Amino acid sequence: MIVITKTVSFCAAHRYWQTAWDEAKNRAVFGPCANPHGHGHNYRLELSLAGEPDPESGMIIDLKDVKAILEQTVLDHLDHRFLNLDIPYFQTVIPTTENLVLYIRDLLQPTFRGVRIHRIRLWESDDLGVEWTEEPGCSA
Amino acid sequence: MLSLMRRYTFSAGHRLSRAHWEPERNRRIYGRCANPHGHGHNYTLHVVVTGEVDPASGMIADLAELDRVVRRLVVDRLDHRFINDEIPDFRDRVPTSENLCRWIWSALQLEVPGRLVRITLKETDTNSFEYSGL
Repeated sequence: MIVITKTVSFCAAHRYWQTAWDEAKNRAVFGPCANPHGHGHNYRLELSLAGEPDPESGMIIDLKDVKAILEQTVLDHLDHRFLNLDIPYFQTVIPTTENLVLYIRDLLQPTFRGVRIHRIRLWESDDLGVEWTEEPGCSA
Repeated sequence: MLSLMRRYTFSAGHRLSRAHWEPERNRRIYGRCANPHGHGHNYTLHVVVTGEVDPASGMIADLAELDRVVRRLVVDRLDHRFINDEIPDFRDRVPTSENLCRWIWSALQLEVPGRLVRITLKETDTNSFEYSGL
């Protein structure tokens, strides 16, 4: 098995707010991420795909195709958006990096044939990111 | 599996040499890292923890709590220190990044919120060391 990783970036705004909590609790748990007008990040998305190289091309998948899929599926959808307001899913789900990784995984999952999504890393800054990895032994 | 990745930095000095090896052998094994007065690095430490995503907060772990733990047990103890002389555990153990990884793992394993999955210690942009407790 070989794993290849393609990195792209996008810029988006978000706000952390749990409607079931009062102002004080939101502030205590989310800190400045609860500020009412939101804030934004330059996100870095690292998509890792696993598979066996094609015997003729020597490639698992053409990285040009990976880039095109990421652009159409993720970047055109999320780049320069306010996640809470512009993305229907995040009108009811808090757009934490954890939830955003799972959302991106679900967007990407149906788009790849013959390769598996092995890992997705989403960095909201150089200091903080979330990683989703397929369960060991998974070979869907 | 979903994991939170958090980066910390600290700067520390060290010297790689073993007291019971002669200088020539230390020099052969450790090269310039054996220079007697030591040298230092800007270390980058990635701490990776996993756990269930809390349904209310949408988060795996309390980031402020993770920061408090890592700063108290690792960063505050190592930052701007000479590891060989100032960290008792390294009086008789060579502070290679491999050994430092194990030391950091032991310090954090039972203390971090969630479950510790991996640490990655970079001593420079070109040298990094990863430990998952195995």
